[in-house]
Amino acid sequence: MTSVIATVATALGVPDWFVRERRAGELVLETDAEALPVLADRAALGLNARLMSLFASDERNTSGCFLVHHVWSIGNLRTFLHIAAPVDPAQPTYASIAAKHPAANWFEREVMDFFGLAPGGHPNPARVALHDDWPDHAWALRKDFPDDRTVPRVSGDFHPFRPVTGEGVFQVPVGPVHAGIIEPGHFRFGVAGEPVLYLQLRLFYVHKGTEKRFERLPWRHGLFLAESISGDTSVGHALAYAHAIERLADVTVPPRAARLRVVLLELERIYNHIADIGAVATDVAFTVPASRAQALREGLVRLQDELFGTRLLRGTIALGGVTQDLLPRGCDRLRAHLHRFEQEFDDLITLLLDAGTFTDRIDGTGILTNQAARDLGVVGMAARASGVDADFRRDHPHDAYEDLRFEVPVEDGGDVRARLMIRAREVRQSLLILHQVLDALPDTPLLTSLPEQLPARSSALGWVEAWRGPCTHWVSTDERGELARVKVTDPSFLNWPGLVHATPGNIIPDFPVINKSFNLSYSGNDR
Amino acid sequence: MLRIIVKSLKTGVLTEASPFGRHASFGFPVIDFSRCTACDECARSCPTGAIQDATPAPGRKTLSLSYAACIQCRQCVTGCPEQAVTVSSDVEVAAYTRRQLARTASFDVDPMTGRCTFSRVEVEAGPSLSESAARLRERICGRLGRSLHVRQVDAGSCNGCELEIAATTNPLYDLERFGIHLVASPRHADVLLVTGPVTRNMEIALRRTYEAAPEPRVVVAVGACGSSGGIFGEGTYAAVGGVDRVLPVDVYIPGCPPRPQAILNGLLVAMGVREARVEPLRG
Repeated sequence: MTSVIATVATALGVPDWFVRERRAGELVLETDAEALPVLADRAALGLNARLMSLFASDERNTSGCFLVHHVWSIGNLRTFLHIAAPVDPAQPTYASIAAKHPAANWFEREVMDFFGLAPGGHPNPARVALHDDWPDHAWALRKDFPDDRTVPRVSGDFHPFRPVTGEGVFQVPVGPVHAGIIEPGHFRFGVAGEPVLYLQLRLFYVHKGTEKRFERLPWRHGLFLAESISGDTSVGHALAYAHAIERLADVTVPPRAARLRVVLLELERIYNHIADIGAVATDVAFTVPASRAQALREGLVRLQDELFGTRLLRGTIALGGVTQDLLPRGCDRLRAHLHRFEQEFDDLITLLLDAGTFTDRIDGTGILTNQAARDLGVVGMAARASGVDADFRRDHPHDAYEDLRFEVPVEDGGDVRARLMIRAREVRQSLLILHQVLDALPDTPLLTSLPEQLPARSSALGWVEAWRGPCTHWVSTDERGELARVKVTDPSFLNWPGLVHATPGNIIPDFPVINKSFNLSYSGNDR
Repeated sequence: MLRIIVKSLKTGVLTEASPFGRHASFGFPVIDFSRCTACDECARSCPTGAIQDATPAPGRKTLSLSYAACIQCRQCVTGCPEQAVTVSSDVEVAAYTRRQLARTASFDVDPMTGRCTFSRVEVEAGPSLSESAARLRERICGRLGRSLHVRQVDAGSCNGCELEIAATTNPLYDLERFGIHLVASPRHADVLLVTGPVTRNMEIALRRTYEAAPEPRVVVAVGACGSSGGIFGEGTYAAVGGVDRVLPVDVYIPGCPPRPQAILNGLLVAMGVREARVEPLRG
């Protein structure tokens, strides 16, 4: 590890002793707020680091200041780099990195909305999370803001969407209540006839105060809140939270549990990917494969119900392991089902790709270029469809992934087809992974016991490559060992700007299929 | 084209004769109060406050269980030292009021030993299921008996309920065979199927959607969050809470998330075709 520290320190231009290994795979560096941009540039350029999260914490009770945190993934060194800088409450401002690192754009504005810390030099320091009727100077994630405080609505100017002018140019507002069964958000299209000139988003309609809620829950109950961050990623977020807690408590889950966690995470990946493949078919009105995909998904979900007693895998992850075992009969049942599923799945993909009416709609639609994906810091499956080769399962192995053989599929097209193909190829990899795990389940307990209390004033990062992309949870404890701050980053938060970039130049009727090909979570974004 | 036709013919009809009666290995918790010692372990282990204890008077203690807030996490089942909490496999649960989803037991506390002995199950205030059913039927005047147009509104959900609502449209459940259609606009809707917790940022949009729907507009609250705020709570800076904090709710479908069959059952209750049942609560 010392060589990794030396590499990182050299690239950042700091002495070795500045960089400390807090836990395996997690380097920390404390600096002052003015040094953040220089370190960010060096990390991105010299270490090929990618920004995974940026947030603040209120430490005024202990150290008298706020902290701003940057969390970078350095894939080729298999480590995270956590840079923290204090911000003086009397001078609540710190240096922004958003102009050079657009991935920081929304993060820094969110810190401003919830902590009142201003990102100095941010190119567009407008609200991102707060809606217009929220008053100034009420910062919900500060410690002196009680979570049950209801803030009266204020009247004021409506969010200024970018105006459009010119002959035949107009705006199309959509949402927050949409026509389908999807989550709420507002889209504002600037169009010239059918082609979209640009797209603006307004999200945070489903902001539930999740991060504040964590601070009120006992840490053992936090797991259930994590399951409800984004319903389609309940295993992903529960695992990320569990990882953070287990790292805090310094416990290792038993090998059988680690492998069963892989089973759960891969099942979640498959059932979501197959549903999305069907949804893309639905959105181009290709009903036969759409209905097949729905049936395949339902078959899987019912199998999950049969094996684990829960359709959407809720309640399967425990802090310290898993709650449900797979007995030999269950393994056989799962193997047999996956075998049938694989054949049906291949048929389905052939059916889709052989239909010219279908490929016409997905080829070259909604292109997110490799450059844009890199610049915006897009992550996960959407990034891999734009040629960004990154996957936590390989780069920051968690659970049992270190011991498993699998490939990370990457596509170059960046269009709807590429995102469809990534899903199809990932499903095949997931099946491979599942077979490997089912063939060798070590015979160990399912749970390791956790201490009564977590260490006081401590913190840890938990991460998972869920089906949509990386979920990271940063958990810190207070002087009693209870939750002081939980920062949740869902891949959707990093990927919405990607959708904004992929849409212009396409026609409005193609928007639903572009949107579906990303399938971002509103709830995971808004929390 | 030919291949597509062959594929559909080969696949045949997948729709199940009846989506109902499928038992779940974990439905809702059931407390056997006669074995319960009111030790409060279940109330402490419950992350949403679905189980609560209270001391209304000296020498008396109550324990209440509400399915409205239950997220089916099983903590009460594994945590009970007396094994008095079991699970019901019946998930087709719906009710017309929040209270109908709750049950409260009273215990006498021995002043010397502090031991609690179960005395009775309290009578919940408010209308009974059949009274509410009659009232709903009167309100919809048989207008919704054969078909139902539903507008789904996500007022703050984690999207878990959306996944299960979407599943009701898949070929196995096929909700359209019951005459239920999911429509694109509240102007076309008889029913608003609302998931929550209603957030501060969706409250206004939800009210406007309700106002846009024609009378008799029936509101169905879906999920633990829609029924009570669930794990996100009520009255926080960001979450108003259950749908009934904002709109008059006619039918509650608890669960986290409720299974497709439970959602279908709840919609048939809203149509006046089925009567709501809270079977597991009878204990």
